[in-house]
Amino acid sequence: MSNVKIVSMAEAIGRWVPDGTSVAMGTALESLIPFAAGHELIRQRRHDLELIGPISDMLFDQLIGAGCVGRIRAAWVGNVSAGLGHNFRRAVESGLPGPLEIEEHSNFSIALALLAGAMGVPYLPARTLLGTDLLARNPSIERVTGDLVHVSAIEPDVAILHVQRADAQGHVHCWGNLGVSKEAGLAAKAVIVVAEEIVDTEMILSDPNRVLLPPYKVNAVVHCPGGAHPSPVQGHYARDHAQYEEYHRATRAMEGVEPWLDAWVRDLPDRPAYLAKLGERWPALKPVEPRLAAAVDYA
Amino acid sequence: MASHGAGYTPQELMVVAASREIRDEEVVFVGMRLPLLAFALAKRTHAPRAIGLFENGLVRDTPSPPSIRTMSDSPNVQGAAWATGLVEVMSLLQRGDVHLGFIGGAEVDRFGNINTNAIGNPSRPTVKLPGSGGAADIAALAHRLVALMEHEPRRLRERVDFVTSVGYGEGGAWRKKQGLVRGGPSAVITTLGVLRFDAGTGEAYLASHHPFTSVDAVQAATGWELRIATDCGTTPAPTDAELRMIREADPDGFWTR
Repeated sequence: MSNVKIVSMAEAIGRWVPDGTSVAMGTALESLIPFAAGHELIRQRRHDLELIGPISDMLFDQLIGAGCVGRIRAAWVGNVSAGLGHNFRRAVESGLPGPLEIEEHSNFSIALALLAGAMGVPYLPARTLLGTDLLARNPSIERVTGDLVHVSAIEPDVAILHVQRADAQGHVHCWGNLGVSKEAGLAAKAVIVVAEEIVDTEMILSDPNRVLLPPYKVNAVVHCPGGAHPSPVQGHYARDHAQYEEYHRATRAMEGVEPWLDAWVRDLPDRPAYLAKLGERWPALKPVEPRLAAAVDYA
Repeated sequence: MASHGAGYTPQELMVVAASREIRDEEVVFVGMRLPLLAFALAKRTHAPRAIGLFENGLVRDTPSPPSIRTMSDSPNVQGAAWATGLVEVMSLLQRGDVHLGFIGGAEVDRFGNINTNAIGNPSRPTVKLPGSGGAADIAALAHRLVALMEHEPRRLRERVDFVTSVGYGEGGAWRKKQGLVRGGPSAVITTLGVLRFDAGTGEAYLASHHPFTSVDAVQAATGWELRIATDCGTTPAPTDAELRMIREADPDGFWTR
């Protein structure tokens, strides 16, 4: 078959995410977070990445702790159910494990920046952030008239999007809360799709309204079941709250970071090994029963 | 959290107080933690037709299911009235559809400005906080804002170190001068009391203290000389029915114990 975009995670990260790349991840907010892709970045010892996202629930903190990150453009970096991100704090407060530049946004401003990128315009106007120190300190957001700010466009080098299913050509189905996944994918110069399932093209094309973005935008499709754990994937697995708590405790002191990264990332060759390490916790997260939507008739 | 011998926790009282800020048929930017429970409680009591918005792209006209830890947990998607993106939901907020928005905060000042970015010099903070998320947008664009937070002197400060979410700025007509089209804090519900804001000056005052504390205790836990309403009374305690509904929505006590 021509135009097959399926590659391994290691190949996708190796080819599309070199040192210094700007990467949008975690675009759906607390669900569909591409942890497996982030862990491959850590295994391949990336440096000086620029991370872009609305909120980051734990993944950015892991990449900061592993020394992969030089800059962050985001609205929130931490651990949603457990609290602060210890590595983010150490990097900004103390420059450990390395200096970290931050460009702080709100969720709306980062979303508009990506939408402007997706629309091919240099900026979009908005009525938010007036009077805030976010506006005062962020050079990419400017008050231009009395009651409007302009939010400059962001075009990430690559967006990494975790989805439920895709075909080999890059037709993609995604459902649930979408956050800024569509805007990030359309704005990015390249898109890596990480899919729970690889399905036939006919299956995707049977429901075009559920397609996230046109297939020509997709450069690589990685088949990686469980690749978003511990974040939830609608129809596949629930959020593993305990993993967020354990990471939060383990990384409170800086001495705990390397052992955690070794145990859960570097000492594991790939995602199947990671899921095996979870043991009984992993199958327990799967839905007991399906919860199917009614069929849609496109006749 | 200790129950103060009152049969409920301060967080349970805060949920009840927050729920009473929601009026029937209002569009509410819900967020997480205690406001999630307040929305569920209001839906089951006095505001059955309220609509809940979530910045991840969800709109619900039924309460969120129990025991979720984030707005993107799978059960919060099930039965949603709309599953879309962040731009769509924030656009509803920007155009003025949202009557009431809830946020949390690490620090609040006497004019209701809220900080969730940095303690100390923002260029080299002593404590780096996670950031705005959607809070700055909600504070700018909702018609009414309600913030929930712990009441401690280090959190209720004369001036915050960083304005993430605008209150009344420096007071008076400050919001208008900044170009803000509407909104401003309606209440700050803390672990000790409910603060409201003078319509002219924008300065906070104590509207009520919780039953297990006193005006003096609230003042002692506030980092500026807090004005006290002449009719400052006691925040109404939760009813048994309200407590039962809160505990059904938070059966593990993750948010309220």
